[in-house]
Amino acid sequence: MNKEIKPKRRDFLFTATYTIGAVGIAAAIWPLVDQMNPDSSVKALSTTEVDISGVEQGKTITVLWRGKPIFIRRRTKNEIDEAAAVDLQDLKDPEKDSDRAKNPEWLVMVGVCTHLGCVPLGDKGEYKAWFCPCHGSHYDSSGRIRKGPAPKNLEIPKYEFVDNNTIKIG
Amino acid sequence: MSEEKYIPKSKLAQWFDSRLPLLTLSHHLKEYPTPKNLNYWWTFGGILTFCLITQIITGLVLAMHYVAHVDHAFDSIEHIMRNVNYGWLIRYVHANGASMFFLAVYIHIFRSLFYGSYKSPREVIWIIGLIIYILMMATAFMGYVLPWGQMSFWGATVITNLFSAIPFIGESITTWLWGGYSVDNPTLNRFYSLHYLLPFLTFGLVILHIWALHVPGNNNPIGIDVKKNSNETMPFHPYMVMKDITALLVFIIIFLWFVFFAPNALGHPDNYIEANPLVTPSHIVPEWYLLPFYAILRAIPSKLGGVIFMFAAIFILMLLPWLDTSKVRSAIFRPIYKKFFWVLVFTVILLGYLGAKPPEGIYLILSRLATFYYFFHFLILLPVLGRYEKTDPLPMSISDPVLDKPGTFDKFKKVASKYEGENVSSFK
Amino acid sequence: MLVHSNNFLIKIIIFFFILFTTSSAFSEEKKVDLIKTNWSFNGIFGTFDRASLQRGYQVYQEVCAGCHSMQQLSYRNLSEEGGPEFSIEEVKAIASQFEIEDGPNSDGEMFMRAARPSDKFAKPYPNIEASTAANGGAYPPDMSVLAKARVGGADYIYSLLMGYEEAPPGFELDDGVYYNKYMAGNKIKMSAPISDGIVEYSDGTQTSASQISKDVTTFLVWASEPHLESQHRMGFKAIIYLIILLTLVYMSKQKVWSRFNSKKESEEETFDKVERTVTKYEGEDPKTFK
Repeated sequence: MNKEIKPKRRDFLFTATYTIGAVGIAAAIWPLVDQMNPDSSVKALSTTEVDISGVEQGKTITVLWRGKPIFIRRRTKNEIDEAAAVDLQDLKDPEKDSDRAKNPEWLVMVGVCTHLGCVPLGDKGEYKAWFCPCHGSHYDSSGRIRKGPAPKNLEIPKYEFVDNNTIKIG
Repeated sequence: MSEEKYIPKSKLAQWFDSRLPLLTLSHHLKEYPTPKNLNYWWTFGGILTFCLITQIITGLVLAMHYVAHVDHAFDSIEHIMRNVNYGWLIRYVHANGASMFFLAVYIHIFRSLFYGSYKSPREVIWIIGLIIYILMMATAFMGYVLPWGQMSFWGATVITNLFSAIPFIGESITTWLWGGYSVDNPTLNRFYSLHYLLPFLTFGLVILHIWALHVPGNNNPIGIDVKKNSNETMPFHPYMVMKDITALLVFIIIFLWFVFFAPNALGHPDNYIEANPLVTPSHIVPEWYLLPFYAILRAIPSKLGGVIFMFAAIFILMLLPWLDTSKVRSAIFRPIYKKFFWVLVFTVILLGYLGAKPPEGIYLILSRLATFYYFFHFLILLPVLGRYEKTDPLPMSISDPVLDKPGTFDKFKKVASKYEGENVSSFK
Repeated sequence: MLVHSNNFLIKIIIFFFILFTTSSAFSEEKKVDLIKTNWSFNGIFGTFDRASLQRGYQVYQEVCAGCHSMQQLSYRNLSEEGGPEFSIEEVKAIASQFEIEDGPNSDGEMFMRAARPSDKFAKPYPNIEASTAANGGAYPPDMSVLAKARVGGADYIYSLLMGYEEAPPGFELDDGVYYNKYMAGNKIKMSAPISDGIVEYSDGTQTSASQISKDVTTFLVWASEPHLESQHRMGFKAIIYLIILLTLVYMSKQKVWSRFNSKKESEEETFDKVERTVTKYEGEDPKTFK
């Protein structure tokens, strides 16, 4: 009788010990993993304000936001028309130009190729807009992917116009 | 048990094991025969392994956030404490982990001194252990410099200046150590590099330490050789593993108590003041685990002499297996040595206390007396005791009188001597 | 034998006791006992009094910040959990009162702008040298980790704030140096910063010097250990968990060891052996010992 019960109790004791021990080890490992996530000072760096009063038509300025380049381009009439005229069916990642630029004159986007993270060159490529030299992705005057390996359009960050001369990114 | 040749069961395992005998190794570690009478003082080997691994892992993580530059080191520590996710926890574990590591190593060393574990055939284990201890001190010292607080800076200055005591080339050596004319950015950077390196050397030595242990096997509280394939030994797994984990958990509770409820109790407040090369704190004290040596350093009224005695205090331990000439290992059977063992413990604690006090008046006198005793103990007392001490009779085997009940054994002896007169060694 | 070494240990302990208790007589400086306060953040369940932290921030800002920097803190910390816990809106408002230097802009020039929550606390002086020069050669220490950088911590800071007194007769003080009971050497270059009513609290708390000092001390302790509350919470959980695990492991260990041998048995064996030996020598009943 006793002999039959004993192994069962022992098994339960060992299982409980192992389980609770494993929970503790997992709890001890979590801080070591989580410390590599963005820390609170990085998370707090949310916004950058940019003065755009000096930007002429057809010129682009690049500012740094969260460690990434942000392209701010004052587009020419020609470019705006070109971007608006594109048939959405020709696009790999269909998006209207009016959804990408709050004010058609100003295009604000993250200057990081959606393929593998290089910074595209301006006024280059088949569409005379942006061209990524790393693997040959061509973007149009709205920053949309037209040709090449990149899967998506250039990302639009959260931004707003504080006044006529200032954009707040983030 | 370990002598039998182990053959893995499956064909694949045999194929692998004949090319790289990892399975044989793990079998050996599991079945490694340990004396059944090991007490809880024997669990500190496992605890120390835990300490080393904890220090390496938390250190690795801290290195991801720390900046080894005089302009940023202090701020980067505060960044870890404030901004990094769980940074405060990881840093406090690392900082208190150093203290706990030393606490455990001191218990481990004194256990060896009490039970004579350094004696033949375990001299090599002992010497490797001491090298590990020296590496630990070097690592801890350089780690303490990294936060770049006032104690970091002035501790580094004082300790590196020790080398200037060396005749003729001392000055050049300190300049070389510093990479400049004072402790500065190059010093901080190289200390960081070495602080990262040394734990891995230590880890390698720990493997040698364990390897050297597995050749003769463990000593035990009675100090006589055990018969390896008998009921006197038990396999390391699960018996010793379970016992080690039990002790380890008690240790971790004490450890975490410090981490969560008194994280700065073992540190010095001055190290929260950023290093300033123009202002020396009123009392410079090293971390507590280096205090006994610091006391010896200051007890000697000559710069070179102090340095020599301090290093001699460590290196003399290397000669211990030959200074202690007694054939009996365990202090249990050495009534006189046993008392002097406690005198030594007391002296070392006293030296630690004195190391934290200003070197003047009564403190200086006591430091000198304690330093004298320290050397007297190893250089004179132990060789003499080995020759003249009348030791108690040794039992035939560790299962004879059970020694975790010394009271029983005492009664046994008392009764026996009553019947036989003085000489008790005749019965066994 | 065992009894002997016990006596010995007791002697050692007594020696240490005497040594530690008399050592104060030898120490070179007479130590003044700090004022002991029953702080809410002490102990293993210690937490901060939010209202006190908020008032303490006000005191820091109105009284201390003119000279003492707090360069490790950001305005956002004021809204973070475990701190004064101002609302995010309040913190934005607080931050926008300060100007900090940013730049360089596209013309390569540094410029001033209103601070944001992510910015570090604005500094009263650009560097330590400027701060030292402006304060009669004594650098007002940065207060970010002040509570951890002084022996006695909170009690020391509070005592120091309350420790301004008339210098005893015969104690010489230079111009711009003040007498403080708790300062090392009793000389301090900071004039008494706190007095009754030096700040006005909006929550109606009385503004006695002692209350103001307590509030600012609480704030400084939080500033030096902003995660203290989660540290205490996590510590309590960890210790409870470990005690449970230890119990289980110990029981498992006993179970495992019981396979090998029973302790009682070996103890009995020993006694048997002792008896046998003694019997051998005496040749009769070994009742004599027990």
